[in-house]
Amino acid sequence: MHSVSSQPQNLAGPSRRYLRRLGLRMSPGRISALLAAGLLTLGFLPFIKLGLVVNGLILGSVIALGAIGLTLVYGILKLGNFAHGDYMALGAYVAFFIVDGVLPRVGIEGAGLGPFTFGFPVLIALPLAAVVVALGAIALDWLIYRRLRDRAASTAILMMASLGVAIAIRGLVQLIWSGETQHYPRESRQVYHLPMDVRIPPDGLFVAVLAVILVAGVYALLTYTKIGKAMRATSDNPTLALVSGINTGRVVWWTWGIGGALAAVAGVLLAVVQAQLLPIMGWKFLIPLFAAVILGGIGNPYGALIGALIVGVSMELSTQWINPSYKPAVAFAIMIGVLLARPRGIFGDAL
Amino acid sequence: MALLKASNVVAGYGGTEILHGVSIKVNAGDVVTIIGPNGCGKSTLMKAIVGLVSVWAGSVHFRGVDISDQDPEQTVRNGLCYVPQTDNVFPSMTIRENLEIGAFVRRDNHQFRIDEMFDLFPDLRRSARRKAGTLSGGQRQMLAIARALMLDPVLLLLDEPTAGLAPALVEGVFKRIQDINSTGVAILLVEQNARDSLRMSDRGYVLSGGVNQLQDTGPALLDNPEVGRVYLGG
Repeated sequence: MHSVSSQPQNLAGPSRRYLRRLGLRMSPGRISALLAAGLLTLGFLPFIKLGLVVNGLILGSVIALGAIGLTLVYGILKLGNFAHGDYMALGAYVAFFIVDGVLPRVGIEGAGLGPFTFGFPVLIALPLAAVVVALGAIALDWLIYRRLRDRAASTAILMMASLGVAIAIRGLVQLIWSGETQHYPRESRQVYHLPMDVRIPPDGLFVAVLAVILVAGVYALLTYTKIGKAMRATSDNPTLALVSGINTGRVVWWTWGIGGALAAVAGVLLAVVQAQLLPIMGWKFLIPLFAAVILGGIGNPYGALIGALIVGVSMELSTQWINPSYKPAVAFAIMIGVLLARPRGIFGDAL
Repeated sequence: MALLKASNVVAGYGGTEILHGVSIKVNAGDVVTIIGPNGCGKSTLMKAIVGLVSVWAGSVHFRGVDISDQDPEQTVRNGLCYVPQTDNVFPSMTIRENLEIGAFVRRDNHQFRIDEMFDLFPDLRRSARRKAGTLSGGQRQMLAIARALMLDPVLLLLDEPTAGLAPALVEGVFKRIQDINSTGVAILLVEQNARDSLRMSDRGYVLSGGVNQLQDTGPALLDNPEVGRVYLGG
């Protein structure tokens, strides 16, 4: 190993070196984009309720879990998965089925675990739902997308197919669990009060911490494991990955597995923070997901994380001035704005 | 017995036939060069051998095994590695990671092989943590070749390794190719710099319009007036 200091590109100092390793190189374009976002935020700061920022970060962590899967799937399969939101909803409902229909039979019930509104059953259902949706996503690839890829289907055809999958999943969820609002068993809990009128619901804290852990896990997987490197290689250059001896079929499975599992967790967490489940919940979440992915640069999971936090905070902050039902419109506006001004996104072009 | 033997290979893309029955042979340890005008099917032949383009008729045998219908993944494991002409590195990954991917199917500890590659291409060692996408054309080509060598192949396919390089760098690439060959690796080369590559080749083939036109030893092709007129600029 040569000493790090002998490499001229590392003279910029440790923080930039670290960003660079994450694929977040600081080009003038990126700096000005971030600066613009920063100045905009600073200008609004006196008028901002800090509590909304906290809500935004919580919402942003849910978006991040969905967006990272979405961007990985895009990077490796070149598929803009319109069904990703419905994978989230499916995850939330599978967890609901486990909490409501399975666990009570073996005597596991309850709500209000510690400071949280939900109970121990949700913690058990969470990983199980992740596994179910991961396997479901792999099965759907085997059933549908694999066949389309074998026929060299275009990106547009793949996207249309995913739209069909989205509608089918939503229909299935509605058929099984009805279109009525459901919720996990819950007990009301005190929110944490902090200075400056900031209130943090304990559930939100749980959501944010779990998201941080999972995102760190994805980072470690992509950076240090063999399959993670194979995923990045396949995303970079599928043909070269193939002639390097990588079984790209297996990479595709892993990608769907990870994307599906993260989506399921995101769905459960969304149901927890919204305190309700609806079949439409995932579909409605699709625009924030795509906005985060496009803002961060399509195919770049670390970009998706930052994009998700920006989108989440923007959506929550908007409620200070406009009707909360317009939150998705805010995400949509961000998406259109980025597509017009900087289609590559802030951190475009690298996984 | 020949290491690689392609017999009457017919192949193409979609409905367009590019190769109309091409035959070539590479013996163990040899350097073999394929030259020919643009669009004559040189790159397609390489892809057909590796398995990126399916062989419609004819056959490809490698180490005595028919690999005409074999997945590239398996062919690579058997010791036939390939460097495409373009897009031949993983741009968002570091040099070291590129080499690790090159060793993907190795089960042993491949650190020693990375060190060997760094000895062969000292430039790469100096910037091991740089992303491949930031490298110059020459460095990128070196990395592409090093990646393909990570598996200790017995046959290396190089598709125009000097394309787009400054003339000063071309000589260096040919020098490296000879170094690699001297360790016993057979090399099948597609080249535009026909003169330099034929000079060091044991055999040469001239393709034209998707069929064999000429074949001979490298030096003999160099001296062939017809080849000289058409491909070597007089």
